Amino acid sequence: MASSVLAPVQERGRAALEQLGLPNRRQEPWRLTDLKRLAAVSELPASASPLSTPLPASLDGVTRLVLNGFDDPLAGQVLPEGITALNAEELEQALGHTLDRCGCAQVWPVEFNHAKAQQILALRVRGRVGPLELVLAAGAGLNATRVLLLLEEKAELELMQVLLAEGASAHSHVLEVHLGQEAQLRHGVLATADGASSLMAHLAVEQEPRSSYALTSVVQGWNLGRVEPRVVQVDGQAETVLKGLAVTGAKQQLATHTAVRFDGPEGELDQLQKCLAGGQSHAIFNGAISVPRDAQRTNAAQLSRNLLLSGRARVDTKPELEIVADDVRCAHGATVSQLQDDELFYLQSRGIAAADATALLLRGACQEVIAQLPAAAQAWRPLERVMESLAP
Amino acid sequence: MIRPDAELLLDIQDLHASVEDKPILKGVNLQVRAGEVHAVMGRNGSGKSTLSKVLAGHPAYRVTGGTVRYRGQDLFELEPEERARLGVFLGFQYPVEIPGVSNLEFLRVSTNARREKQGEEELDTFAFEDHVNDKLKVVQMDPAFLERSVNEGFSGGEKKRNEILQMALLEPVVAILDETDSGLDIDALRIVAGGVNQLATEDNATLLITHYQRLLDEITPDYVHVMAAGRILRTGGRELALELEQTGYDWVDQELAAQGAA
Repeated sequence: MASSVLAPVQERGRAALEQLGLPNRRQEPWRLTDLKRLAAVSELPASASPLSTPLPASLDGVTRLVLNGFDDPLAGQVLPEGITALNAEELEQALGHTLDRCGCAQVWPVEFNHAKAQQILALRVRGRVGPLELVLAAGAGLNATRVLLLLEEKAELELMQVLLAEGASAHSHVLEVHLGQEAQLRHGVLATADGASSLMAHLAVEQEPRSSYALTSVVQGWNLGRVEPRVVQVDGQAETVLKGLAVTGAKQQLATHTAVRFDGPEGELDQLQKCLAGGQSHAIFNGAISVPRDAQRTNAAQLSRNLLLSGRARVDTKPELEIVADDVRCAHGATVSQLQDDELFYLQSRGIAAADATALLLRGACQEVIAQLPAAAQAWRPLERVMESLAP
Repeated sequence: MIRPDAELLLDIQDLHASVEDKPILKGVNLQVRAGEVHAVMGRNGSGKSTLSKVLAGHPAYRVTGGTVRYRGQDLFELEPEERARLGVFLGFQYPVEIPGVSNLEFLRVSTNARREKQGEEELDTFAFEDHVNDKLKVVQMDPAFLERSVNEGFSGGEKKRNEILQMALLEPVVAILDETDSGLDIDALRIVAGGVNQLATEDNATLLITHYQRLLDEITPDYVHVMAAGRILRTGGRELALELEQTGYDWVDQELAAQGAA
C-alpha cells in the first residue's frame, strides 16, 4: 500500500544510513549495545514467510490486523466504526510529523526503518471505537513495518499490539501516534520471541492537552532487543502512564530507552519499569525525562525496579532527568536486587517448596505490569508465556 | 491443659544458635506436650524471636549446638517447607508483603501443601473458597482481603488476622506465635486471641512469644518461661507473668549477675 508515499521515505532513510553508518560504542545511546548483533540484523533480507505456528483466536469484539511485511493488512477487513484508513494525500501530510516532534530524525533505528519499510498502516480514529489488535509477525528475515495512528479530539481507543518472531528474524517497527485534545489511548505491547530473533521498536507519541496515553509493554525473549517509547506532551496538561516489563534470559540483551518531554505546564507522568534478568543476560534501562522552563507544575514519577535472577546476569539502569522549570515534582528511584530471602522464607514457612515459592514470587513481580495490559491481551496468555520463559 | 502423659511434641535440648556469627541462643531447654500453651517472655534481645525463627528454619540463623526433636524427629533435618507441612507453624511478628501474589492463591497453595502431607484431598479453587470462607469467621476477617496481594497495604491488625487465618487453614500441631500482640489495639488483640483460643485443642500446642502480660489475659498459658541472654532463666505458671507485670525485669539482671559471679 502507498508505495508512492514510501518511495521518498526509503530514499531519505538510505541516505541517512549512509551518512550515519552503523552506531558505535562511543555514542552514548549505544554504549552498552552488542553491536555485532545489530550488524547482523542490518544485513537480514526482507521477510517473506509467515510464522510456522498459527495465531490464537482473538477475543470476541476485537478487530485483528496482521502485518507480516508482505500481505495487505486491510485486505478483506471491515474496520470498526470510527476507524478509517488514511488516503495517500492525508498520509503524505501526516507521516513523520510525530517522529520529528519527538526528536527521532537521524536516529539510527528510525532511519533504518525508513530505508527498509515496505508496508505502512495508517488509521484515523474518531469517537469511541472498539478494541483493536495489531499483530506483527516475523517468520524469517526482517519484518520492517510502520504504523501511523491519528486519534482525533476526544477519540478513545484500546490498542493491543503483539510482536512475534521465530528463528533468525527481526522486527524493525516504527509507530507514530498523535493524540488530539482529550483523546485517550490505552496501548498494550506484548513482544515475545524464542531467544533467536531481534527487535527494534520505536514508539513516538505526541499528546495534545488533556489527552491520556497509557502504555503497558511486556517484552521477553529477544536475542537483541531495543524498545524506545518517546512521548512529547506538546502543550503539557496531559497524562502519560508508562508501565514496562522486560524479561531476559540466556545471553539475551534487551534495552529499553524511554524519553518523555513536557513542552508545556501541568503535565503528568507515572512510570514503572521492571526488569527480570536471568542467565547471562543483560537488561538496560534508560529513562529520560525532560522538563523545560515552560513546564511548570509538572508532576512526574519514575521508578525502575530490577531483579537479578542469576549471579551472571547484568542490569544497567539510568534515570536521566533534565529539569529547568522550578515549580515541579519529579520523583525517581531505581533498585537492583535479588529475590528477597524474607519473602521466600515466608512462603516456605507455609509449606511451599523453595522452587514453587520462587515461581510464585516471579509471577507476582510480572503480574504487577501484565495485569495492566488491555483485555485483548488475554488471547495471548501473556503471564504464561513469560513464566514459561522463566522456568528453570 | 497439662497432661503428663500427653505426647511430647517439641523437645528442645541445649539449643545454641547464631546470626551473622553472633551467638544469640546459648543453651535453651524446653519441652512442649500436646494440649499445652506456653508463653515465652523476656526483654528485647533476650533471644525469644530468634528461638521462633530457628524452629521454623529461617536461613539467616545458624544452629551451632543442641538438638530439637519434633514428634521424635530431628527438626533440623527438615527444610522449612517440610516442617510447615508436618505441622510446625510460625506466626510472624512482621508478616511479609508480597505484591502481585493474590492472598487467596497463596492461602490455597499452602493449605494444599499441608493437606497433601496429611493424606487429605487437594482443594480446587471452588472448594477452597468455601473452606476459606468458613475459616474467615475465626478471625472475623473481611473476605475482601482475600482478593488483595498477600499482606500488601494491610494494617498491622489485618496482617496479624491474616496470620491467624493461615493458622486456621494449616491446622498446625505446634503453633509458634512471635509477638502476635505487637501493634494491636485492644479490640484487634481480643479477636486475634479469640482465634488462637478457638484453634487450641488437646492434640496441639501453642508457644506464645510476647513482651506483655496483656495477651495472657486473653490466652491463659499453662507455663510461663522468662528468657534472658539466650537461655530460659525461670519457668513458672501464669502467676510468673503477673509477677513480671508488677516487678519488671530488673530481677533478671540481678539473677544473671549472680550467675556470672558464681
